[in-house]
Amino acid sequence: MNKENVLRVSDITMQFGGVVAVNNFSMEVNKGEIIGLIGPNGAGKTTAFNCITGVYAPTNGQIEFDGNVIISNYPKRKMAKIYKGENMGKYNRVIAPTPDKITKLGIARTFQNIRLFSQLSVFDNVLIAKHLHAKQNVFSATFRINHKEEKRMREETMALLEEQGLEKYKDDVSTSLPYGLQRRLEIARALATNPSLLLLDEPAAGMNPQESDELMEFIGQIRDKYNLSIFLIEHHMQLVMGICERIYVLDHGIKIAEGNPSEIQSNHKVIEAYLGVDE
Amino acid sequence: MTKQKKWLLSCIVIAVFLALVYFLEGIIPSYSNWSMLFTVLEKGSIYALVAVSMNLVNGFTGLFSLGQAGFMLIGAYAYAVFTIPVAQRAAVYQYFDGGLIQFTIPVFFAILLAGIVAAIFAFLIGLPVLRLKSDYLAIATLGFAEIIRAIFQWNALGPITNGSNLLRKFATYQSALFPIIACGICIAIICLLINSSYGRAFKAIREDEIAAEAMGINLFKHKQLSFVISSFFAGIGGALLAMFQTTIQASAFKAAMTYEFLLIVVIGGMGSITGSIIASFLFIACREWWLRFLDSELYIGDFQVPLLRAGFRNVVFSVVIMIIVLFYRKGIMGTREFSWNGLLRWFKNLPGNIRSIPGRLKRKNKKEAQINE
Repeated sequence: MNKENVLRVSDITMQFGGVVAVNNFSMEVNKGEIIGLIGPNGAGKTTAFNCITGVYAPTNGQIEFDGNVIISNYPKRKMAKIYKGENMGKYNRVIAPTPDKITKLGIARTFQNIRLFSQLSVFDNVLIAKHLHAKQNVFSATFRINHKEEKRMREETMALLEEQGLEKYKDDVSTSLPYGLQRRLEIARALATNPSLLLLDEPAAGMNPQESDELMEFIGQIRDKYNLSIFLIEHHMQLVMGICERIYVLDHGIKIAEGNPSEIQSNHKVIEAYLGVDE
Repeated sequence: MTKQKKWLLSCIVIAVFLALVYFLEGIIPSYSNWSMLFTVLEKGSIYALVAVSMNLVNGFTGLFSLGQAGFMLIGAYAYAVFTIPVAQRAAVYQYFDGGLIQFTIPVFFAILLAGIVAAIFAFLIGLPVLRLKSDYLAIATLGFAEIIRAIFQWNALGPITNGSNLLRKFATYQSALFPIIACGICIAIICLLINSSYGRAFKAIREDEIAAEAMGINLFKHKQLSFVISSFFAGIGGALLAMFQTTIQASAFKAAMTYEFLLIVVIGGMGSITGSIIASFLFIACREWWLRFLDSELYIGDFQVPLLRAGFRNVVFSVVIMIIVLFYRKGIMGTREFSWNGLLRWFKNLPGNIRSIPGRLKRKNKKEAQINE
């Protein structure tokens, strides 16, 4: 297996006022890997995700994707005075794209609390994600000048829905689906943007054991099928230990451990963070 | 029904409607009470166009914008200024030495220009304003509309806008068919846009901005696009309104005018083009025609019908609106659109629905009685 880097996060620090939500976090995702990010509640996992997807501009640090620097920042002005993180002065460029540009580069994500387009149909939910790579402008789209493009988008959407087993719900309102299928629809929607890296924020939250087993299998399948790298946040230890090749552990914004599942399971720092220790 | 059949049916209905308007225009004299029909058709279709353009921003993109009257004003002025015949300019711009502009352009291009000028203003206003959200956006756009109105009334711009005086004697249309067809074409274009990939992106922004952005939709670009297109058609609506009124004055395009459109959009249904069209015709018909009799004193023999006097129309009108809002929470159409199948279903279910009204009322009373116990 070649160890080609897809995502490299270097020294990311995210500070909100005086609170350092993520402190000096570095990690990398290699091509074709499934990576897990775990940690107790409030450890900064979702904040790290939001930094990678451009929702927040990190206070300090740099993120590379496919060998190109896509996000970079350093503390300035007032923040330079109150900055509490590490590695200040190591970076001196500002690149802060909006989330849509990150998606365009090939990083798709799902959300912790499902964010579907609630009033629209299942089909439209996925079709909207196809808008991103469509070769068209307002005029050609409005006056149906290249209707082949529209037809292609619809066909691809239908193919994707059939693959995910959602085709019989295609005209249903998205929020009327059962919970497990809503999660699956959200993943299908993310896949429709043609990503090479998929970020899943607690994909098994609120699922019963059977559903999360199915999800585990499903994540493996889409990885192979779409040639993806997957980076996921999860609380279901069974799922994380079952599919992740490497795991990072965050606690209070600081990376306390990394390694393969068995290393993490026996790491006493991780056990301490989750269970606490006797004095 | 098959797709071709539906298309054919739609074409026939439209053709028959246009032919009917043409025919009636020939036989109904202008002094008869029925000539109001044309006022309703003309003004109704212009209002429908502006309401649909407002729905594009408010109902489909989910931006609470209240600048419509301002953009109509720009459109109306852009049209009027460039179509007043050169010979008449001395009379119109009597306080400004015949004005600055001494040429005219053909009506079609003037209407197009009205839209383009409104769109350019919208683009410039959108740059700062569209970064705001919900209520703040409404306040900012409302403020800009008022500023535009004030600027157009400014004496220093008199050589172009004629200050706060009337603009008149510009080119108008002869037949009621003109505004109906022009508005029909514009609304059809908006429909096409909404059903295209961009329309879906607008709806995605309405549903969930964060998710839309994560799906690669550039929020600012798409909001700006929706805002500019909406203003383009509002500008065209303004030009047509100027033609309908034959004179225009900046002071008429107040915030109250925007609220009329907001009312139409809400009553018709946020996110329904058909709803906006139906609501604007109902609105205009009620205001200009059907409720007119309430404003004049009525005698039956020697008995004067109580309450009927000037201004009573507005009271009844308000009550009608309250009733509509109470019974149709999401507007007349909600987010649904017109379809032949839907219409057939409605007619099929109508007798049953009417028959079931007493039953439903009884059940409702029973329920209330139970709750009271």
